[in-house]
Amino acid sequence: MMSDPMIPRQYRISRVRRETADTFTLELTPVQDEGTFSFAPGQFNMLYVFGVGEIPISISGDPANPRTVVHTTRVVGTVTRAMGTLKRGDVLGVRGPFGSHWPVEEAEGNDVVIVAGGIGLAPLRPALFYILSRREKYGRVVLLYGARTPEDILYRRELGRWRAQFDLDVYVTVDRATGGWRGNVGVVTTLIPRAPFDPLNTVAMVCGPEVMMRFTALELRKRGVGADNIFLSMERNMKCAVGFCGHCQFGPTFVCKDGPVFPYRRVKDLLAIWEL
Amino acid sequence: MTQAQTFERFIFDRQYFLSLFEALTRRGYCVVGPTVCDGAIVYQELTSPDDLPIGWTDQQDGGTYRLKRRNDQALFGYVVGPHSWKKFLFPPRIRLFRARRTERGFNIVLNDVASPPAPDTPYSALNDPPSGISPSIPIHPTAPKFAFIGVRSCELHAIAIQDKVFLGGAYVDPTYKVRRENAFIVAVNCGQAGGTCFCASMNTGPKATVGFDLALTEILEPARHYFVVEVGTDRGAAVLQDIPHRPAHIEEVQLAEEIVARTARQMGRQLDTTDIKELLYRNYEHPRWDQVAARCLTCANCTMVCPTCFCSTVEDVTDLTGEHAERWRTWDSCFTMDFSYIHGGSVRASAKARYRQWMTHKLATWIDQFGTSGCVGCGRCITWCPVAIDITEEVRAIRASEPNHKEKTDGNT
Repeated sequence: MMSDPMIPRQYRISRVRRETADTFTLELTPVQDEGTFSFAPGQFNMLYVFGVGEIPISISGDPANPRTVVHTTRVVGTVTRAMGTLKRGDVLGVRGPFGSHWPVEEAEGNDVVIVAGGIGLAPLRPALFYILSRREKYGRVVLLYGARTPEDILYRRELGRWRAQFDLDVYVTVDRATGGWRGNVGVVTTLIPRAPFDPLNTVAMVCGPEVMMRFTALELRKRGVGADNIFLSMERNMKCAVGFCGHCQFGPTFVCKDGPVFPYRRVKDLLAIWEL
Repeated sequence: MTQAQTFERFIFDRQYFLSLFEALTRRGYCVVGPTVCDGAIVYQELTSPDDLPIGWTDQQDGGTYRLKRRNDQALFGYVVGPHSWKKFLFPPRIRLFRARRTERGFNIVLNDVASPPAPDTPYSALNDPPSGISPSIPIHPTAPKFAFIGVRSCELHAIAIQDKVFLGGAYVDPTYKVRRENAFIVAVNCGQAGGTCFCASMNTGPKATVGFDLALTEILEPARHYFVVEVGTDRGAAVLQDIPHRPAHIEEVQLAEEIVARTARQMGRQLDTTDIKELLYRNYEHPRWDQVAARCLTCANCTMVCPTCFCSTVEDVTDLTGEHAERWRTWDSCFTMDFSYIHGGSVRASAKARYRQWMTHKLATWIDQFGTSGCVGCGRCITWCPVAIDITEEVRAIRASEPNHKEKTDGNT
């Protein structure tokens, strides 16, 4: 008996939630009862829309809830557009989970800084769930989140709830203020200098556009966070997620199996090479 | 494949080559090997030794490949052509699964043999194992069983390199696995080197040392045409039992060794691999990449002919009714724009970035990924490049520009 890693399993959409104008969250449950789906914060699945195509999407649910697989997706291409039209009861193909994860266990005893840009908050959400469920094991926990406009802010209700908690510092900024926005304006890196954490005892988890991660890492380094304590989640084209197709190569690494989460030290020099 | 402990060599005469074919066919193998087709020596299904490129040789240089008549009746008197064995082990186009729409979803369905193949489906894909059924379905008992005849030493190394990609990691490619395990390999030591060969530089030839069931050295004398045989496995020994043969005399073995040694001295190209990984890692921004990119057509020929290139893409397609869908895996190339596309554009938009990715992968990052070079020195990428870009020349140019560059003869730095 040999299992084929390229064959999707079927999952039924149990809930669809519109997050913003171009993002939505799907909750999935297995069609055949295969028990539980366990994953580590930061891992991703390959999602298949029947006849349309398959794409890598990070898992954004609570790792403590193994009955439901949650994905938040932004509409950017053919597959995500088709995915956005699916309704409760429809079926998706799922392969996974794949890849490396955020160092949530290793971060115990430290301050944790989570820096997210745009849809980059989705792959960090499981890390937040994980950490908040073991809150006493960590020092200060800070979420720095940048969105394009106030309308693009993801998980708005959750952010509000987290903000109200005394044990989590949440700072949100937008590139462009609209409406009655009275919060921060500017890129997310501007939040780093005044964020409350001890740089020498901090683990940072960063996800967003590549350029945002590059500058975030530099800013964190400037505050004194060690290169071994900064983690980024990379994105590349992926067709197989199991190291066969070659598409996700990033220098000597395969983002699908060596990543997507990398220690900054491992990718620092690669990030500096244009068109690598 | 257990290694038979034998240092003996055997002899069988040219006239018994047919017995080898028969022994393999009788065991249920589909015999594939070299044959002349459209002005090149390619690998195809063969019916008898008459299909071999008898009396042909090839002349190769950058961007040039010509068949020429030999003045003898050699069966393996050529080097390597545009094909490699990867097209049988890692089919250029294969269906991974089929799916049928249901009321609220879809079912993955069996790859049934009744469905007509696509018009351009190669033989190798017609018998594809029904890998696409569902997880935990056993591989079909009628998965193809190939016997490769005429595998060169560089190609044995290429197969070993692809083994690491498809079988050596956390996940195994079932299509490759079953074909690989089934394959019977008859290696042939090279009696001559081609104009673009550099296996001697890569330590991958010209003598076949591992990874074969039987290895032959073809010897042509004025009055005799015979093969010196080395047995690599027990199943190789069993096949040899079906061929009239005798133990080799020491002179015959020496003659075979001399032929391979002479070939090693004929290499048309050389590549200094000293610290090659560090050399290329140091030179990601070298101006030479711009110069080679000005010539490179990004046609992907080098990746298609390369026996180790393993990249693929998947296509999800439907029929007109939208009721049936299939997923196909096809060879892909890092030279295409789509290869590195993520929303917003291609990561490697310039030809420079794409050539650099290919060559740096082949010679440097491959070593970090799989513990071996991705290049076996077969020279195909040089021969089949329409503008004669030469990987050995590109490395030499980068090496020569290093401040403390010394010729290899001066010793390692």
